[in-house]
Amino acid sequence: MPQYVVRRLLLLVPVLLGVSVIVFLVLHLSPGDPAEIMLGSQATQEDLTRLRADLGLTQPLYVQYARWMSHVARGDLGRSLWTKRPVLREVLERFKATLVLTATALVISTVGGIALGIVSATRRNSLIDRLSAVASLFGASMPVFWLGIVLMVVFSLWLGWLPASGMFAPYGGGDARDLVTHLVLPAVTLAAASVTIVARLTRSTMLEVLGQDYIRTARAKGLVERRVVVRHALKNALIPIVTVVGIQAGYLLGGAVLTETVFAWPGVGTLMVQGILARDFPLVQGCVLVVAVTFVAINLAVDLLYVWLDPRIRYE
Amino acid sequence: MSDSLRARGARTIGRNLLAAVGSIVLLATVAAALSAPWLPLADPDAVDTPNRLRAPLTSGHALGTDEFGRDLLSRLVWGARTSLVAGVGAAGLAMVVGVTLGVVGGYYSGWPEVTVMRLTDILMAFPYVLLAIAIVAGLGPGLRNAMLAIAIVGFPFYTRLVRGVVLTVREREFVEAARALGSPDRLILARHVVPHLVSPVVVAFSLDVGAKILATAGLSFLGLGTQPPTADWGSMLATGRQFVVLRPHVVLLPGLAIFMIVLALNLVGDALRDVLDPRTSST
Repeated sequence: MPQYVVRRLLLLVPVLLGVSVIVFLVLHLSPGDPAEIMLGSQATQEDLTRLRADLGLTQPLYVQYARWMSHVARGDLGRSLWTKRPVLREVLERFKATLVLTATALVISTVGGIALGIVSATRRNSLIDRLSAVASLFGASMPVFWLGIVLMVVFSLWLGWLPASGMFAPYGGGDARDLVTHLVLPAVTLAAASVTIVARLTRSTMLEVLGQDYIRTARAKGLVERRVVVRHALKNALIPIVTVVGIQAGYLLGGAVLTETVFAWPGVGTLMVQGILARDFPLVQGCVLVVAVTFVAINLAVDLLYVWLDPRIRYE
Repeated sequence: MSDSLRARGARTIGRNLLAAVGSIVLLATVAAALSAPWLPLADPDAVDTPNRLRAPLTSGHALGTDEFGRDLLSRLVWGARTSLVAGVGAAGLAMVVGVTLGVVGGYYSGWPEVTVMRLTDILMAFPYVLLAIAIVAGLGPGLRNAMLAIAIVGFPFYTRLVRGVVLTVREREFVEAARALGSPDRLILARHVVPHLVSPVVVAFSLDVGAKILATAGLSFLGLGTQPPTADWGSMLATGRQFVVLRPHVVLLPGLAIFMIVLALNLVGDALRDVLDPRTSST
């Protein structure tokens, strides 16, 4: 186990380096000139030349990358061209909101998906099983931003049950209850497609496990069906489910950008879109880097969780 | 395609009513999109402010009008062209790049394999949507750049799939025999390896077009894809959003259009998988 962990951690080095190169290149090869954006259209040619030299934009690309990386390694992601505040602080502030949204959606999709999957597997071809099959097809075909708008129209505008946007009420509010009511619609929207994916996978894995001999033995020795399903079947079906939940975590983190935009949720997604529209490249770079590093960390956690769940798995 | 395969295909499609419905929806949409210039439709970009936000079934506008008084039916049909081109284009580009790298990375061990696999590892270390958004941010908004971005984040999926197949095929006896007879790599790849890729790649592509339509619509929704006044389902949804309280149809209709076409593509893709790749078919 320790050997596996070390090898898995070593593997992170090339991936993280690659991620940093891509984040750097994507925004540095773009046609916009940061000096022009910072100084505005009134700037003289001399000012622009001086600022370009100050920013190191006249140096070769690999020198610029090395300089940028040395700053990033020290936690300095530069300053936003737009708010002039340090990017890292700005991104981390917003990242909390994204994590709250993504984590809630992940809990909904995992708990809901596994429960639905177990019911579908134990009552094969029942109404619930059929509905869950239809829902999974719909989930894979429905634009998440459209679902968000439809839910918002129905539950906020027509029925008036839940707030339409933001994270807290503009006046009063600010407590946990306020947060939860604001969280329901975006979290359900974000989780909708994932629930169906987790449910279908849980169903097929459970069906496979329920056909095994040891399940028949468990039943034969007179265990209650519930105990057979939860203790004997589900536990062994968990490994592929953990994989898919891990993949879903990353998917939700990326999908949050669209959901946040629909519900004006003050997370990294909305910050990034605002940054793009304002051509604030350091800010966009910071957002992408922080989310990508989190994604890499989630994948690592999932891999380590496998080994814990199934000691037979070893990295080759 | 052998006779038994064809018979199995016919049976599956016959049994699968949903796949038939999906094919009809898909064919009708493609036909409408292709024949848009000759259909008796209003100009999709013609602004008519006195008639803005008309409800569906008003005279002259079967599906009503948008916030500029433009005919929604016409914009939906013209938008189908944009959305289909975006989906097929992005998926096609991802497929060509992904399959090529997958064949190279699977057939040649050593540095080509390592390079290809590290590249896909790194690209897959990003959440899909996020990287596409970042690339468009760098390249600048627009449909072409959006398609390019989505193809870049999408090709590793094909690379992984194809490499897996090539790895097993290259160890088979017929490849070894061809190599022993002195066939050059080019010939071995074309004659003995690539034919094994057709089924899995066709299935993956058919399911991928829908995903790519969703992704480009998402970028258009964020204002990073198609630019106004061009009609595109994602951007129609984005601009209609402000008027959703007043006239829900301006948002519901483009959303439904995306949903229907992607659903149709998924149904057809599932049926294709059942025919071409029965081992992985859904139970």
